[in-house]
Amino acid sequence: MSNLAPTSSPSTLQLGHLESHSRVRVAVIGGGPAGSFFSYFFLELAERVGLDAQLDVFEPKNYARGGPAGCNMCGGVVSESLVQMLATEGINLPATVVAQAIDSYVLHMDVGVTRIKTPLQEMRIAAVYRGAGPRGAPENTWSSFDHFLLDRAVAKGARVVPERVQSVTWNESRPQLKTREGTSGTYDFLVVATGVNGAALKMFEGLGLNYQPPGTSKTYIAEFFLGRETMEKYLGHAMHVFLLNLPRLEFAALIPKGDYLTFCLLGENIDEALVQSFLNSAEVRQCLPPGWQRPEKFCHCSPRITTSGAVHPFGDRVVFIGDCGMARLYKDGIGSAYRTAKAAARTAVMEGIARGHFHRHFRPLCEAIRRDNLVGKLIFAFTRQIQHHRFARQAMLRMITREQQGCGAPRMSMVLWDTFSGSASYGDVFLRTLHPFFWCRLLWECLRSLRARPLN
Amino acid sequence: MKQEHAMESGNLGKIYRNGEVIIMQGENGDCMYVIQVGEVEVLQRLGSDEVRLAVLAPGDFFGEMALFEREVRSATVRAIGEARVLTVDKRTFMSRVHEDPSLAYRLVKIMSQRLRRLNAAYTRVSAHPFNQSAATPSAQTP
Repeated sequence: MSNLAPTSSPSTLQLGHLESHSRVRVAVIGGGPAGSFFSYFFLELAERVGLDAQLDVFEPKNYARGGPAGCNMCGGVVSESLVQMLATEGINLPATVVAQAIDSYVLHMDVGVTRIKTPLQEMRIAAVYRGAGPRGAPENTWSSFDHFLLDRAVAKGARVVPERVQSVTWNESRPQLKTREGTSGTYDFLVVATGVNGAALKMFEGLGLNYQPPGTSKTYIAEFFLGRETMEKYLGHAMHVFLLNLPRLEFAALIPKGDYLTFCLLGENIDEALVQSFLNSAEVRQCLPPGWQRPEKFCHCSPRITTSGAVHPFGDRVVFIGDCGMARLYKDGIGSAYRTAKAAARTAVMEGIARGHFHRHFRPLCEAIRRDNLVGKLIFAFTRQIQHHRFARQAMLRMITREQQGCGAPRMSMVLWDTFSGSASYGDVFLRTLHPFFWCRLLWECLRSLRARPLN
Repeated sequence: MKQEHAMESGNLGKIYRNGEVIIMQGENGDCMYVIQVGEVEVLQRLGSDEVRLAVLAPGDFFGEMALFEREVRSATVRAIGEARVLTVDKRTFMSRVHEDPSLAYRLVKIMSQRLRRLNAAYTRVSAHPFNQSAATPSAQTP
């Protein structure tokens, strides 16, 4: 046994090569969306090419449980594009899993409120619970999204090991896992899908992979019970997003989920003071019943989200997927899990499991996401400027309102829709903004706002 | 009861009432559809007659030809009872399929199965040209 990464040649690491000799053993650490998507697609591809594989998913959490015990700490929004891609793959999200189907976004600013409707007037965004609902929610009201995906993987033949992996070492160039409960096993291929919350990634520091975990930032997520009637009356089927001029707040959203309302705040060092300022803002208050007070006890968490990708998210016989590998900036984390998981499964089954295979076939996706995130940073910097300048906020509001009334092409509406919903890449969003009419209209509306300002 | 109530808000897609046309033969299309809840019928106009080609159920898709070619819709699709259907945009599909060609595998597989059934129906009709019922049971392909 050694702590050094093996240096086997690619040819001896091809799963196709192993196929003729023995059953391939695959370990997946983490049964969240990335782990489940990987297991599902790996086993599907293996079946397609006649590869005999045994796949174990190590996941100590039972996602079928309600409250923190079964929750995977996330805002829980499945983007419009991912809902469509999953339906194309034959994975249709049932109404028991979707806590709320979303048909529009409502943008709240100090200068006004406007609604951006889904381009086809259709419910194509799914607000889901990662566990079986918040603490205190009646049981069997919703099914967990993560549990639903893990079930799909199990139906394909994956085996769930409900134990926590404690150590990973090399055993004759193969990864060997040992769980806290004492189970140990050597595998041909290891997939790491642990996310970035928790200490699991420390296990890989001494393996000689040169893996460096992604950069992270803290978020704040809270679930409040409001009741279905109140939710319908104040929130409807829309996701409410806020562009407020609050220091350190990058983005905030209220996501309706049946009887509950999910608060989701992104920014720098989100603390109680910032949460309180947000809750007390007039824009948030108008979305809530008059006199609503934050209850003393409620389900909340401060999970980390990635702000940059991992360094060297693969090696011989090992790949890191989802948040602990590469994810989109701020948005569509579940979509990133799907994309990286599928790319890793494709590479492993169709090409091989050596570092070189992942470099050629998995890394291009990671690089594409990394490049897109750079554009995303530019877009969020631009959004911050709008947040900080009242005339820009007024101009944007007027542009969207005009477009939603059917006057002119919905250029700003689509830019914001794709930015908020995470449905399109940041590159696509940026390209939309390059249209001359977009800038002409925005500059015109900015000038109108500046002229309308009172002279002091 | 509580779960039924909760599920009302979790239906994805768009509702089509009984008899409502989802796509019309001869119209341009730039998306395909995946049935979430309910059933739809696929109909083709032949002169003044309408022939039912297929009845599709939850999980089935239709209108997929529009993703691959620029022809008009080859058939009309109508809801049988209330149906909830999700749209898949050509633009979203194409941008993803360039990144991940295996995304199209399931579509190709099901289109292949439909072609196989169509071939079988054609063979039966050719063998018994005056027996109209020969084509009916297995010609359920859009």
